[in-house]
Amino acid sequence: MEAFLFFIKGLDLSPLIISLKTGIVATIICFFLGLYLAAKVVKKDSGMRAFLDGLLTLPMVIPPTAVGFFLLLIFSRRRPVGKLLFNVFDISVVQTWAGCVIAAMIIAFPLMYRNARAAFEQVDSELIYAARTLGISEKKIFWKIIVPNAAPGIRSGTILTFARAIGEYGATSMLAGNIAGKTGTISQKIAMVIQDGDYMAAGFWSIVVLLIAFVIIVGVNMTGTKAKRKW
Amino acid sequence: MGLEVDIKKKIGSFELSVSFTCDNVVTAILGESGCGKSMTLKCIAGIETPDEGKIVLNGRVLYDSSKKINLSPQKRNIGYMFQDYALFPNMTVKENIEIAQDGRPIDIDYLEKFNIAEISNLYPSQLSGGQKQRTAMARMLAANPEVILLDEPFAALDSHMRWKLEQEVKRIIEKEKKPTVFVSHNRDEVYRISEYAGVMSAGILKNVMRTKQLFDNPPTAEAAIISGCKNVARAVKTDEYKVNVADWGIELDTLVPVPFDEGYIGVRAHSFSLTDSESVKNNSIYVLNPEIVEEPFEWTISFQASDGYERLQWKVSKEVLRNPQEEIPGILYINAEKLMLFNE
Repeated sequence: MEAFLFFIKGLDLSPLIISLKTGIVATIICFFLGLYLAAKVVKKDSGMRAFLDGLLTLPMVIPPTAVGFFLLLIFSRRRPVGKLLFNVFDISVVQTWAGCVIAAMIIAFPLMYRNARAAFEQVDSELIYAARTLGISEKKIFWKIIVPNAAPGIRSGTILTFARAIGEYGATSMLAGNIAGKTGTISQKIAMVIQDGDYMAAGFWSIVVLLIAFVIIVGVNMTGTKAKRKW
Repeated sequence: MGLEVDIKKKIGSFELSVSFTCDNVVTAILGESGCGKSMTLKCIAGIETPDEGKIVLNGRVLYDSSKKINLSPQKRNIGYMFQDYALFPNMTVKENIEIAQDGRPIDIDYLEKFNIAEISNLYPSQLSGGQKQRTAMARMLAANPEVILLDEPFAALDSHMRWKLEQEVKRIIEKEKKPTVFVSHNRDEVYRISEYAGVMSAGILKNVMRTKQLFDNPPTAEAAIISGCKNVARAVKTDEYKVNVADWGIELDTLVPVPFDEGYIGVRAHSFSLTDSESVKNNSIYVLNPEIVEEPFEWTISFQASDGYERLQWKVSKEVLRNPQEEIPGILYINAEKLMLFNE
């Protein structure tokens, strides 16, 4: 008990803040990008659709460390993209918080995209046809008819994206590294303290992650549609 | 003026070929499901694109393959009523209508006109079939379309509701005085609602004519079958006023000169009569091996005119024939005037 109190007193909460910030920003970007690309893919013919779908799902099926490696190749300041970002926009991605966001975003993106696409495909196409004949613009059809009618799928996609983003480890550790107070996320903190044999800290942070995930999922479920009991 | 359609579209092995015009009247397209009726409406509305042809509405070109014109559905100003109404489930009745008129609020008089004022705050899932249909109608007309397309508007309704709503829709479209294309597989509906009608089969629609004429005097054997003629068979001319119907094993006298060497003959199930009459040219045929099916108000009796040949169908009111099991006649008469002859 005394050890625990001592631990709490000296606790640095920065991993929690960094993880939440990373999760929220990555989820917001994924949300709009996922809806946008899902809507594009749904409209394509089957051949092109299969290709784009495979491409956009890739980050989910290859190891996060491999994704991290690719990202490192792209954003390294010694390579064109990284050089351009740094010289023109003064942005560096490797070993920075921006790297945390990009890694989490790339890894979590397929969850948003796939859920949104499945939800869009479920929307009755006659609703869209009817809207068109009524003279409603494509933009309005998307936001007022397609998105609301796909809401349950989009909502669960968003939850999963956020959950995946705050828990990201592999790609983040490759791209952003584990710099305390800067890029040190909860997952990286856990890995580090376990290596140090500090099971108290590992347990504490694991419970924090668990609680965050649980609270969010229950919360979002409660604000969602009043689904009738099934079965 | 009105709507002019002349389009072709290939979908796999199916070929759509439609040509008709529709002035300010109700024109019906009658056909079995899968014959291309809905596809035709979708092409007119711009939801599907034909391969070639032309669609003109009140002098405005909506689609012209030779001039590469293809207006978006939004710009066509066409009212389309879908079979299951396609009301937006996330919007109330009122919101469904308001979005169709650019978000302008609707006034209560408009809702009352369609008898939906009381339900204006309900969602589509809370509405009955009739209420949904009235809402869809109100929404479609709120956008002030130049032409109305009705895609099987009554198919989703129970039969007792059907009649009432059919009358309602008829009243509304008569008041609107806009070209209306009505698509249905139900010939009774088509007969009641439309002024002009054409039969569509295997993607082909031609010969749009007055509805009455289509039913009284169908242009083709196909049209005769779809308009409800139960007895159609191949026929061969044997004399100027005589045809041989091999399928039925009989020869029939015609009133008019036979217009073909080989063609088709049609006899409606109601065209048989129990009594001979002196004043008209009558054919008498045998009634062999009858099979009787009881309907609510009539008998459907199938029989052979010659032993071992194809069956004919005869429908007779229960008032004329009270007890067919006992009093079924051995001979029936067909007025030569009622024989329908088709080249194709």
